Amino acid sequence: MSTGAKVMALHGGVLVLLFVLQFILPAYHHGNLARIMVLASYAVGYNILFGYTGLLSLGHALFFAAGMYGMGLGIQHLDLSVAPALLAGVLAGAVVSTALALLALRTSGVAFMIVTLMFAQAGYLTVLYFGEFTRGDEGFVIQQAQRVLWGIDLSDPTNRYFAALILFALSLLASLWLVRRPFGKTLVAIRENEERVRMLGYDTYKHKLMAMVISGTISAAAGAAYGLLFGYAGASFASVQYSIFPLLWVLLGGAGTVLGPFVGTLFMFYLIDLSSGITTAYMLIAGVVLVLLTLFAPQGLIGELRNRLWRWLP
Amino acid sequence: MELGPYLILASLEGAVTAAVLALTAVGLSLVFGVMRVVNIAHGEFFMLGAVIAWFIAHSLGGHPAVGFAVALVAAPLIVGAIAVAADMTILKRVDYDPERTIVATIGLLYIIQQLALMTYGPDARPVEAPFNTRIALPWFERGEGGWQMIWPWGLGTTTYKLAVIGAAVAVLLGVWLLMKRTRIGLVMRATQADRDMALAFGIPVERVYAMVFGMGAALAALAAVLIVPIQQAHYLMGADPLLLSFIVVIIGGLGSLPGTVLAAVLIGLSDGIISVFFSPTLAKILATLLVGLVLVFRPEGLAGKRGA
Repeated sequence: MSTGAKVMALHGGVLVLLFVLQFILPAYHHGNLARIMVLASYAVGYNILFGYTGLLSLGHALFFAAGMYGMGLGIQHLDLSVAPALLAGVLAGAVVSTALALLALRTSGVAFMIVTLMFAQAGYLTVLYFGEFTRGDEGFVIQQAQRVLWGIDLSDPTNRYFAALILFALSLLASLWLVRRPFGKTLVAIRENEERVRMLGYDTYKHKLMAMVISGTISAAAGAAYGLLFGYAGASFASVQYSIFPLLWVLLGGAGTVLGPFVGTLFMFYLIDLSSGITTAYMLIAGVVLVLLTLFAPQGLIGELRNRLWRWLP
Repeated sequence: MELGPYLILASLEGAVTAAVLALTAVGLSLVFGVMRVVNIAHGEFFMLGAVIAWFIAHSLGGHPAVGFAVALVAAPLIVGAIAVAADMTILKRVDYDPERTIVATIGLLYIIQQLALMTYGPDARPVEAPFNTRIALPWFERGEGGWQMIWPWGLGTTTYKLAVIGAAVAVLLGVWLLMKRTRIGLVMRATQADRDMALAFGIPVERVYAMVFGMGAALAALAAVLIVPIQQAHYLMGADPLLLSFIVVIIGGLGSLPGTVLAAVLIGLSDGIISVFFSPTLAKILATLLVGLVLVFRPEGLAGKRGA
């Protein structure tokens, strides 16, 4: 098989498997997997900026929350129906990520990390400050009646699973398409050696700007979908923790691999889920696993797989 | 109370915050400056210092000064030793790669926090101050017949708070002398300037790294022991010092010790004063935006050099 065919077979196979699992899984894991797919879409968005472009952002919760609140506040206060509300969330993410990119891309390295962290923190505090509309930490519930898209009730588990799968498939395929195009290759080149890429005549600033907007917009779409599918928007989704989560998922799964974000999210979700069943000290186990992974699998799970077995993985 | 006494009170409280913050941030700055790694678990070393201080003071009993004095020496040493062990078992093995270190220290953060919860519990507990006499402060007001001295209610501080400020200044001077005037400091600065060259000249870079990491953690622990009679020890208390130290280190210029101290004083004082005028949330929004914008438009910090 050619590399292209192998890649298509693998990623298509994963999506088909996820589709089939819908009919097999018991209710509990079924719900989990829907959640994981939405969060994995967030990680896929994060991976475009971090894994492929090499820019470590600590402020992606800002984009996730922009999507969530763009959608949620639209439904709650402007009486939008679901489709325009989703669009509002995605647009909010695009606008916010463009604005932050214009500022933050003037810096690089550790300064970039801290700038994104600071603006995301300011965004989180803003959500708290306008508690009158956002209800702050407590958040607000999006009623079942408000979650019907074209006659499909998104609070129903089956519909929710399919909606999550569609979102995940779209972001996965978008990411796959992107990294196999010249644009994606240029991003990887920027990650490896920005000076050299600039010397070759590429406008690296424009590429990084676009990568950040695409990444932020996908994250916002995931945020909007999360709020809609699980019927809740709260300030905790804007907090630092939600900026660190996608970093962990991507690193676990393998930064700069298309499937890595999903594998990392799945792994981390079940790690915490299973260990909280055994002991209350699940954070301890999560911490130990993180340390062990950085020690023994620094490229992440898929990254190690690429190094050892399948060198063709995108 | 009028505005004047308010401001004095706010600056006094701010000075205590600034003193503790300066110690914590200098620890973070040392680690970042010499080792070029970001230690996310720094706040947890701070928390460990406070928790260990409580354990020591609690088990010794007797006069509060005895327990406190022992804690002041022992807690930073213990935390420093833990940090050295973490450096040698984890950080050394990921080769001090910046990104992997961040993930490893996030893992470390979870581990330390959870262990503290399991042994120390979820309660906040105080450590008694060794001495704590109230000092009331006078204020001058123009009344009939010229200026007169009044003693506004609530305007005052305690001897302990003044001692915290004094101790922090002394320790910071000590760190500065260590860096500038001793052989150890010279070796540390050489490692900071050029790791490979230092290695070529026979400096045991790995031992220097372990020592710096331990020292950074010990400074955070020391700051925590100093503050624990004022605030209480709690297993989640590490988050705020971590974020604030980050802000301070950035504003002060990465790896620059005088800049870090200057920024700590600035942030500590303004934190107290701004929150007199604005709602605390708005004050924090303004502060974080300011930090972000400083980094965008003056990335070398207030005291850092261009191009560094």
